[in-house]
Amino acid sequence: MTDTTTTTTTPPGAPTGRTGTPASPAKPPARLRAWVTRAPLLPALIFLIIVTQLPMVATLVISVFDWNALYPEARSFAGLANYAEVLSDPELRKSVFTTIILTATVVLVSLVLGMLLALLLDRRFKGRAAVRTMLIAPFLLVPVAAALLWKHVLYNPEYGLFNGLLHAVFGDDAAQPDWVAEMPLGAVEASLVWQWTPFMMLILLAGLQSRPMEAVEAAWIDGASAWQVFRYITLPHLRRYLELGALLGTVYIVQNFDAVFTITSGGLGTANLPYTIYQTFYQGHEYGVASAAGVLVVIGSIIIATFALRVVSSLFREEARS
Amino acid sequence: MSAATSASPAAKTNAAPSTAPNTAPKSVRRRNAGLGLIAWLVGILFVLPVLWMVLTSLHSEADAATNPPSLAAPLTLDGYREFFGAGGGPSPWFSLANSVTASVVSTVFVLLLALPAAYALSIRPVKKWTDVLFFFLSTKMLPVVAGLLPIYLFAKNSGMLDNIWLLVILYTSMNLPIAVWMMQSFLAEIPTALIEAAQIDGARLPVILTRVVAPIAMPGIAATSLICFIFSWNEMLFARVLTGVIAQTAPVFLTGFITSQGLFLAKVCAASLVISLPVLAAGFAAQDKLVQGLSLGAVK
Repeated sequence: MTDTTTTTTTPPGAPTGRTGTPASPAKPPARLRAWVTRAPLLPALIFLIIVTQLPMVATLVISVFDWNALYPEARSFAGLANYAEVLSDPELRKSVFTTIILTATVVLVSLVLGMLLALLLDRRFKGRAAVRTMLIAPFLLVPVAAALLWKHVLYNPEYGLFNGLLHAVFGDDAAQPDWVAEMPLGAVEASLVWQWTPFMMLILLAGLQSRPMEAVEAAWIDGASAWQVFRYITLPHLRRYLELGALLGTVYIVQNFDAVFTITSGGLGTANLPYTIYQTFYQGHEYGVASAAGVLVVIGSIIIATFALRVVSSLFREEARS
Repeated sequence: MSAATSASPAAKTNAAPSTAPNTAPKSVRRRNAGLGLIAWLVGILFVLPVLWMVLTSLHSEADAATNPPSLAAPLTLDGYREFFGAGGGPSPWFSLANSVTASVVSTVFVLLLALPAAYALSIRPVKKWTDVLFFFLSTKMLPVVAGLLPIYLFAKNSGMLDNIWLLVILYTSMNLPIAVWMMQSFLAEIPTALIEAAQIDGARLPVILTRVVAPIAMPGIAATSLICFIFSWNEMLFARVLTGVIAQTAPVFLTGFITSQGLFLAKVCAASLVISLPVLAAGFAAQDKLVQGLSLGAVK
């Protein structure tokens, strides 16, 4: 962790001035100098701890109280009862399940699509930059706008583009499914895959372009097939970029609120944990239960984040070494 | 660059680029051209919903809601006029102004906090600077929704509900970790020899920062700002819960824009495009640095 390629000015642990620098005649004591070095860091650190960590602590505290906002006088210590309620409430349990399915599907599908697209874009062809720009466009719509686009402009059973195309291609007796009602979770997933595939593509393309070309060229000269080059050189090199994409995608998509809120309003079995928590406290006013669910989401996120941080740190260290 | 990846469709016309050794067999070249075509098709497929949205926004409501779709219907700006309040609906200017305030001011705050922090993590690093860097990152991994209730209660009790400054503070904290990571990686690229040379020449810290560090770091600062701007502009959960009428931001306005009566497709498309425009512009401007920001600095 203490790789210090960027830190040749002051090696950590050697606070006693540098050669070549005109040191001030009266050297301030080492402790003061350490604080001077630390000072620029403190505003950001303190701000972040207050705004992001304190609310988490408060959530933890609220989660052990029986607290409904409509009956504020009845607030009382409840121990772990809220957690028991979260874990035994079929609706909340279902939203845990929905969150897992939604996240896993979107991450895996967009990762595979993103890799295929990255492999395509790694080649030279006419208009590659234009294709790249077209592919990024879905990612650059405001998420709410993208969700509205899918819900009203594409999925609408009467005049949406999908049914319109079915009508135009197959004639008057074409099937006209009500997409959101018939496959609610799939509808949410499709819109998210559309938005997140470009993200995966960008990460994997960056990975492909950092691939050592000597090895690939050597393999070509040795007569390796395209599949062999992919299987034995490209894929192992991409492994960590795939992991990174999957983990960051998971971190972002587990938190998804906009698509669920807009496309199905959490109905038809699509309510994921963020939506359920939002509803439990915003409409149900069950502060204690909502907080307990929140704590459980945090625990789940910490598990994912531990892996994510490990991958980031391994890439980071490799970067520092090269 | 290997021969296989450098064969472009142009090579067919005997205008082989002199830099690329054109030793790939014809079949490989033909396959590359074919794959290029597939890439084009997939690209078009991905951008099609967006293009359709543009077209729909330029149709009249009646033409936008036909089945099968009417491609050649006459174009009109009515959808945009309606969105900007011509039909007697609520005006979007308030919420657009709120979004601009929340995004721009929070981005400025982020830079004010992140730049010194990144300096203390790269050019003149504190002890255990990697640990500090990873602490910043770890805060980004925790789901926003888990801290929402205490923030809501705090806002309610302190009268900050429906106040745009609360969003400014929250967006600052939301983007600070990303900005610190990005700025750290940009500042770390500045050659230390350059800074030392300036010190030997007797330059003091303010001079070094403005004359040596700032010019090199400027493109990175610009990319970081654009990404922070995008994230703040897109944010909806905080905005939805913590704002009402006065501090409503554009995404919240957009969700309240759907009416149950009458047709609204053209209007919604126009609204979505107008509200996405700043993000599209910022995103394409920062295209090359986008991955770095989104992957929290892990990918360059």
